Amino acid sequence: MEFTEEHELFRRTVREFVENEMNPHVEKWEEEGGFPAHDLFRRMGDLGLLGVEYDPVYGGGGADHSYTVILGEEVGRTHCGGIPMAISVQTDMATPSLARFGTHELKERFLRPAISGEHVAAIAVTEPDAGSDVAGIRSHAVRDGDEWVINGSKLYITNGTQADWLCALVRTSDEGGYQGMSQVVIPTEVDGVEVSRKLDKLGQRSSDTAELVFDDARVPVANTIGEIGRGFQQQMMQFQNERMIAAYQSVGAMETALERTVVYLKERSVFGRPLIDNQHIQFELADLIADLELVRQFNYAAADAYIRGDDITRFATIAKLKAARTARRVADVCLQFHGGIGYMEETWTARFFRDSRLWSIGGGADEVMLRTLARMDGLGGD
Amino acid sequence: MNVVVCVKQIPDPADPGALDPDTKTLKRDTKLILDESDSYGVEMALQLVDAAGGGEVTLVSMAPNNEVGGIRTALAMGAAKAILVSDDALQGSDALGTAKVLAAAIGRAEGTDLVITGTESTDGYTGTVPQQVAELLGLPSITFANHIEIGDGKAAVHRQTEHGYDECEVPLPAVVSVTAGVVEPRYPSFKGIMAAKSKPVDELGIADLGIDAAQVGWAGAGQEIVEIEPEPEREAGEIVEDEGDAHERIVAFLDELKVL
Ligand SMILES: Cc1cc2nc3c(=O)[nH]c(=O)nc-3n(C[C@H](O)[C@H](O)[C@H](O)COP(=O)(O)OP(=O)(O)OC[C@H]3O[C@@H](n4cnc5c(N)ncnc54)[C@H](O)[C@@H]3O)c2cc1C
Ligand SMILES: Cc1cc2nc3c(=O)[nH]c(=O)nc-3n(C[C@H](O)[C@H](O)[C@H](O)COP(=O)(O)OP(=O)(O)OC[C@H]3O[C@@H](n4cnc5c(N)ncnc54)[C@H](O)[C@@H]3O)c2cc1C
Repeated sequence: MEFTEEHELFRRTVREFVENEMNPHVEKWEEEGGFPAHDLFRRMGDLGLLGVEYDPVYGGGGADHSYTVILGEEVGRTHCGGIPMAISVQTDMATPSLARFGTHELKERFLRPAISGEHVAAIAVTEPDAGSDVAGIRSHAVRDGDEWVINGSKLYITNGTQADWLCALVRTSDEGGYQGMSQVVIPTEVDGVEVSRKLDKLGQRSSDTAELVFDDARVPVANTIGEIGRGFQQQMMQFQNERMIAAYQSVGAMETALERTVVYLKERSVFGRPLIDNQHIQFELADLIADLELVRQFNYAAADAYIRGDDITRFATIAKLKAARTARRVADVCLQFHGGIGYMEETWTARFFRDSRLWSIGGGADEVMLRTLARMDGLGGD
Repeated sequence: MNVVVCVKQIPDPADPGALDPDTKTLKRDTKLILDESDSYGVEMALQLVDAAGGGEVTLVSMAPNNEVGGIRTALAMGAAKAILVSDDALQGSDALGTAKVLAAAIGRAEGTDLVITGTESTDGYTGTVPQQVAELLGLPSITFANHIEIGDGKAAVHRQTEHGYDECEVPLPAVVSVTAGVVEPRYPSFKGIMAAKSKPVDELGIADLGIDAAQVGWAGAGQEIVEIEPEPEREAGEIVEDEGDAHERIVAFLDELKVL
């Protein structure tokens, strides 16, 4: 991955936006359990941050994936995990399928306002009885003339209380298994779409997470993204984007965490010398820096493959797995070396410890990554 | 309405490098960025051109090694083009030497109605370049502007003072230095960054500007840096333990400093 002067300028814009427009509000948003998505996204949209890769016809930047890497790394430096997650739902989880497979008309109505930040988007796949095993979803749409009549529920939906529309995966036939699912854009203003609960969480507290219920919700069949019945396959492709953006963001987050920890360890004196002067601490940190660098470089290789147009399933799977696991170690070590104050809510380490934990669960748990890899490498099915 | 903005490119203050003990000046071998002090001038210029409904913003910068890092930022914000003066002979230029170069470069821009500068740079902060540029160009100048309005071939300027501001007027063209923090510099947008790539940067040496090498650089410097020394360590502060009268002792302390 080669970065040009334009990449560096773009990095600077995102970094300054994060430092000036996001970080100063993090405490408040975390406390309130939500952030003003429409306001923040609008301002990001004005700067072209919400659709760097998308077609300029719909207001996108028309750039290649390398800019998404930078966006992810820099947004990941935010002093919480919730806002970066909310942003990546908008840019890389709820919109890639629409951009890839949506009709012109559908993109005009939903992609354009998502890129400009006028609309907040959400991705609705997980259900109470189906998370890791996506084939287990039950929400279904029955055709009635030109409309889908949708019933069911979705759980843990990020941006769920604020979203203008959902990219939902629902059953559109009785075939069962991986067959007969479709991706449908469901505007949340439609009758029969309700937020049944706003969920309280261990971390990512500034991000709103909802349970949604569909009760005879009617949307046009024209809201179907791509082919009817190909929803599962399309969603699997969309998951690759979701996994990669998580890996990119984790790099920024780990980098910031290690930087902040080093600053603290230089200041804090124990046994008559700064903590950082202990070789044990230096080695632990160096070890993490080495792992972080591996994740970063692996991300770059993955991004290059994506730009070449290769199937990146293997890359995305490994990147997500290793990024998540490395982040858990980084969070643990940073907290540990802060000692008591690291355990205090007032110190960032406490939040990072909680927030980083999600990477091993959301977007496909570590074990789902391992399962994918095991199958790809012929270690046996299950 | 055509505005020229002088923009200095400086080492990143977050990673400022060091002073060179031989030349007693700042080492400038790292990548340079747009001096934040000048981002206000760029923003002000963009707003004025916008308000005038036409014209463009031209950047002028003097920097070593044909450095364009900072210029690209200002182009990405919306400036139309730039003139960059870079020349080995400029090494060691003092403020007047710099002003001579900037004045000559500004002369290259056509149909200039207004020249905007910062009041002082972040790294050199002599705060003398703007007035010298004005004198060399034979233009009137106003310093410390925190508001500019253009009309009838004049600029109405609020000139910041200790207690408020003076209302001044100056015929155009003029040189106006803009105070930091008076406008909110826009972030370069993704589209702006991509557009900046193809905006023209006219790279000139001193010969192109008809400047004699003896007038600038170490040769022309009328100023001499006699000595540099590291900033003294900050002394430990005084801790006021509260025994019920802490507020009184703090007030007394502040009184002594004559800040109350
Ligand atoms: C904060 C948050 C935000 C979220 N946002 C969204 C969102 O916006 N949209 C959305 O659709 N979903 C979202 N999710 C849901 C998330 O994707 C799922 O929680 C995740 O995929 C795991 O599914 P599950 O919770 O049903 O766990 P389960 O499928 O019940 O799995 C439980 C655990 O079992 C283990 N496991 C699973 N399969 C295997 C296996 N084959 N072998 C061994 N062990 C295994 C894993 O450790 C896994 O964590 C979010 C979740 C959280 C917590
Ligand atoms: C003897 C001597 C030798 C020096 N040698 C060097 C050297 O080798 N290399 C070096 O980089 N510096 C050198 N300096 C520092 C340099 O002279 C000053 O930084 C420079 O003259 C500008 O002065 P200032 O930064 O104080 O500008 P100020 O007057 O504080 O700046 C006010 C405004 O003027 C404009 N401006 C100032 N400088 C520039 C510029 N270069 N391009 C565009 N606009 C500008 C900007 O709008 C700025 O906001 C030397 C100084 C001395 C005294």
